[in-house]
Amino acid sequence: MPKISYIEAVTSAIREEMARDENVFVLGEDVGKRGGVFRATNGLYEQFGEERVIDTPLAESAIAGVGIGAAMYGMRPIAEIQFADFIMPAVNQIISEAAKIRYRSNNDWQCPLTIRAPYGGGIHGALYHSQSIEAIFANVPGLKIVMPSTPYDVKGLLKSAIRSNDPVLFFEHKRAYRLIKGEVPDDEYTLPLGKADVKREGEDITVITYGMCVHFAMQAAENLAKEGYDAHILDLRTVYPLDKEAIVEAAKKTGKVLLITEDNKEGSIISEVAAIIAENCLFDLDAPIKRLAGPDVPAMPYAPTMEKYFMVNPDKVEAAMKELADF
Amino acid sequence: MSKLRHHQLGLTDDDVIAMYETMLLARMIDERMWLLNRAGKIPFVISCQGQEAAQVGAAMALDKDKDYVLPYYRDMGVVLHFGMTAKDLLLSGFAKAEDPNSGGRQMPGHFGQKKNRIVTGSSPVTTQVPHAVGFGLAAKMKRQDFIAFTTFGEGSSNQGDFHEGINFASVHDLPVIFMCENNKYAISVPLEKQLNCQHVSDRAAAYGIHGETVDGNDPLAVYEAVSKARKRAVNGEGPSLIETVSYRLTPHSSDDDDSTYRAKEEVEEAKKLDPIHTFEEYLHGAGLLSHEGKEEIRSKLRNIIDDATDYAEKAPYAEPETALKYVYGEE
Amino acid sequence: MATEITMPQLGESVTEGTITKWLVKPGDKVNKYDPLAEVMTDKVNAEIPSSFSGTIKELIAQEDQTLGVGEVICTLVTEAEGQAAPTAGTTEPEKAEPAAEAPLHASTSQDESENKRRYSPAVMRLAQENNIDLEQVQGSGRGGRITRKDLLAVIASGHLLEQKEATSTLAPAAAEVQRQTAAVKTVSVPSGKVEEIPVSGVRRAIANNMVKSKQEAPHAWMMIEVDVTELVRYRNKIKEQFSKKEGIKLTFLPFFVKAVVDALKEYPEINSMWAGEKIIRHRDIHISLAVATETELYVPVIKHADEKSIKGLAKEMDSLVQKVRTKSLKQEDMTGGTFTVNNTGSFGSIQSQPIINQPQAAILSVEAIVKRPVVLENDAIAVRHMVNLCMSLDHRVLDGLICGKFLGHIKNTLENIREENTPIY
Repeated sequence: MPKISYIEAVTSAIREEMARDENVFVLGEDVGKRGGVFRATNGLYEQFGEERVIDTPLAESAIAGVGIGAAMYGMRPIAEIQFADFIMPAVNQIISEAAKIRYRSNNDWQCPLTIRAPYGGGIHGALYHSQSIEAIFANVPGLKIVMPSTPYDVKGLLKSAIRSNDPVLFFEHKRAYRLIKGEVPDDEYTLPLGKADVKREGEDITVITYGMCVHFAMQAAENLAKEGYDAHILDLRTVYPLDKEAIVEAAKKTGKVLLITEDNKEGSIISEVAAIIAENCLFDLDAPIKRLAGPDVPAMPYAPTMEKYFMVNPDKVEAAMKELADF
Repeated sequence: MSKLRHHQLGLTDDDVIAMYETMLLARMIDERMWLLNRAGKIPFVISCQGQEAAQVGAAMALDKDKDYVLPYYRDMGVVLHFGMTAKDLLLSGFAKAEDPNSGGRQMPGHFGQKKNRIVTGSSPVTTQVPHAVGFGLAAKMKRQDFIAFTTFGEGSSNQGDFHEGINFASVHDLPVIFMCENNKYAISVPLEKQLNCQHVSDRAAAYGIHGETVDGNDPLAVYEAVSKARKRAVNGEGPSLIETVSYRLTPHSSDDDDSTYRAKEEVEEAKKLDPIHTFEEYLHGAGLLSHEGKEEIRSKLRNIIDDATDYAEKAPYAEPETALKYVYGEE
Repeated sequence: MATEITMPQLGESVTEGTITKWLVKPGDKVNKYDPLAEVMTDKVNAEIPSSFSGTIKELIAQEDQTLGVGEVICTLVTEAEGQAAPTAGTTEPEKAEPAAEAPLHASTSQDESENKRRYSPAVMRLAQENNIDLEQVQGSGRGGRITRKDLLAVIASGHLLEQKEATSTLAPAAAEVQRQTAAVKTVSVPSGKVEEIPVSGVRRAIANNMVKSKQEAPHAWMMIEVDVTELVRYRNKIKEQFSKKEGIKLTFLPFFVKAVVDALKEYPEINSMWAGEKIIRHRDIHISLAVATETELYVPVIKHADEKSIKGLAKEMDSLVQKVRTKSLKQEDMTGGTFTVNNTGSFGSIQSQPIINQPQAAILSVEAIVKRPVVLENDAIAVRHMVNLCMSLDHRVLDGLICGKFLGHIKNTLENIREENTPIY
């Protein structure tokens, strides 16, 4: 199988879906001629033309809102928000509109819209180019939030998101774009939304996380394996709605659970994961549920010292895993 | 050639009688809703009264078999012309399961009915404007000759979605008609505290599109403006911003008391221009509507509304646990 | 010595770059900010400037070679580096953060030797399911804590460390008490000043009976309210005279007990008990009466209550209360009850959920009589003397319907008490 980068998986999923279905189109800032500031839509403008790869005015609410209108008509828009941090002007459109269209119309209308946005820190992006914003949307029924960790998952899940008849927020880790490479089959495949994935089998502790932190955990697990600790790693992949069954199963497997996010800690995705485990796994728990996350400050600062202090990294993950394994 | 204005606009005598009937039906349903509210039978009403001419005049200028409408909460006249019935609207008033707008999930005035291309709406204002642009974009991409028609109050013309949506449609020359139903109040805030330009339509110039203000009490004037806007839209000449000026004859909603912010005399003055009466006078002058004819229409509509009220009141509510349905599609 | 020049990060998300062309060769002198090489990345094409002035020593990367951000592309001897100088990168190499930076050490401050007996829910469950004596398990966790894995290993080994069955020789009832006592022992006591009160025999008997009743009998609960305005009027009218004549006070309780007894006669189903395979219905009516002292609760019995007048009941109650106060109650005074009346109203209670006095099938609380505005039959509002009667019933024996009828009978009796139909003697 060929190895491709995380961002190439994004591009190739969009390209294949555009070729497969003429209702699929891309809209966003700089997505056309420039091919996206991260080059995620590289080459699509040349292949599909300016009508299907639309450079929009700089107005996020319109990007989302026009996408919603087109989706209600029956198109399959893929809206790009240049940085997840800049999604705020579109939040009314996403939460009040996209999420509720099916419900409020009693299933008469639907909104098959995909909104892609790069998120995440560790790239010297400071407060407004580094944030994880999934928690804002993670108590909004009607939305699905996908945050894949590997090129294989990116491609399979992005295709499913585009084909989904519901609005999907697809958050891509910008540091993973070129750092993470992986095997992706040439043959057509999709992956189910709403399903977590066991990335490593183990007996001693369970790590549940998503996005870039999956890689930190995998790396730490390999180091700890040399010391005789055997970690079980569950990648949530879809962070809303959560795969409760997989979470409960993974937690019960070892009874010691570490939850990781690079988002601020309080009210984060892993807070909900912790609640699910607390509700379902009391008599299988062998240690308090542990959370490793960013501190509760507004966002990570620019200076490398402070950024590093904020960010979750493999060393912090390894220390937390060892701590729990020794409990 | 006839000197009658509607003939000059290409409307037949039957057309204008139908126009009148739809306006009157909207008015009479609205009045019934208030009665039901004040009798404690339905929790909420939000009115179309005073804006029926703008709504029906505009709707009749559209192609109701092709075009998509994205109405705002007062647009009973628009949705009636596009195929919603008195029964549908009363089912919505009573929040019954059979309500085609939402199955009793949304408050009245939140219109939506896919089979009639009435696009579902919400309560936060102006969100429908970018949606209309999305429909316009789809029309252009799919080479279809429908247009998207959306309405909103003058208060909404200050929202970001108004500006973002119109600008997007203008840049891409999309077939969209933005119609501002200026009824002079955003709940209690009068026009002079909402904008500092003379007309809402003045804002069209900034986006490089056609802008026009017309008398919202005159259905024929609105018909004419929207007909031309539609022609431009389907000819690829881009969107238009039409402003219809009328007056909100009722409080903002059944939960509002307008005597706290405007004088009774002002409302009485506005009632002299009530489009139902002024249009009746026009039809009378044209020899199309006698006193008896008027009464005949009123009694016909009253029967329709009575039947609709009875039906809706007796209709069942949705089963409580169906509140869990339709969060996501079945995939 | 030479300084290493590394691949810079050219843009967010960029992790590698390709040297497309070297602009210098070994031996070239370069000034700070002179271009060294052309580099192509996914996002930009750029020239890499030198960060130092000096002489190029070695080109490490080949043209068209792709290197990760931070990898060395060439070395250079700076002007300052004549003699032995330390190696320095253009960027500081990423050093692993000491793990101590992570804020994870909250738990290590506890006294670690205590952890041997800190059992997690998973460990408790496994120990119970497999009958393992945790005292005999070696803990491998921090501070000797027994982990889930330790128990899984014990179970897998097949050498189950069984709990010593100290209780197995005891009678079931005693075992039950033992269990309860054991449960008490494991209560975690919040820190702070406490006082320990030894459990008296009576207290223990109360505790055991209450636990037994609550565990065995499915309690259902009903309440009715009764208008006793006429009763109050009647009793107030005659109480002075009664007191003078009989030497004891006339309280409301005898009237209530009388009404209960009449209802029990009408509905003998209530006057019964659960006996496993059968229900036993008593012909005699013996009313247990709950009598409280400051610290204890006694339930003496009015035998054959159905044979007594109001006066007779009043006398008997007075005598039993005196016995309780003087601690002269005998065992036979407290046995044989078939139904219990509980005078919670004497503490001011207006509602209670009494625990059934096993093995009886029901218990009734008489709450405080209070004045309340009441809507009468004719829709007028009047201030009336109202009382709540609360009844707990053993749902194995009784159902709501019969108890509703029973309570209705009592209500009817009490509301219609008049001088002419309710003689005291």
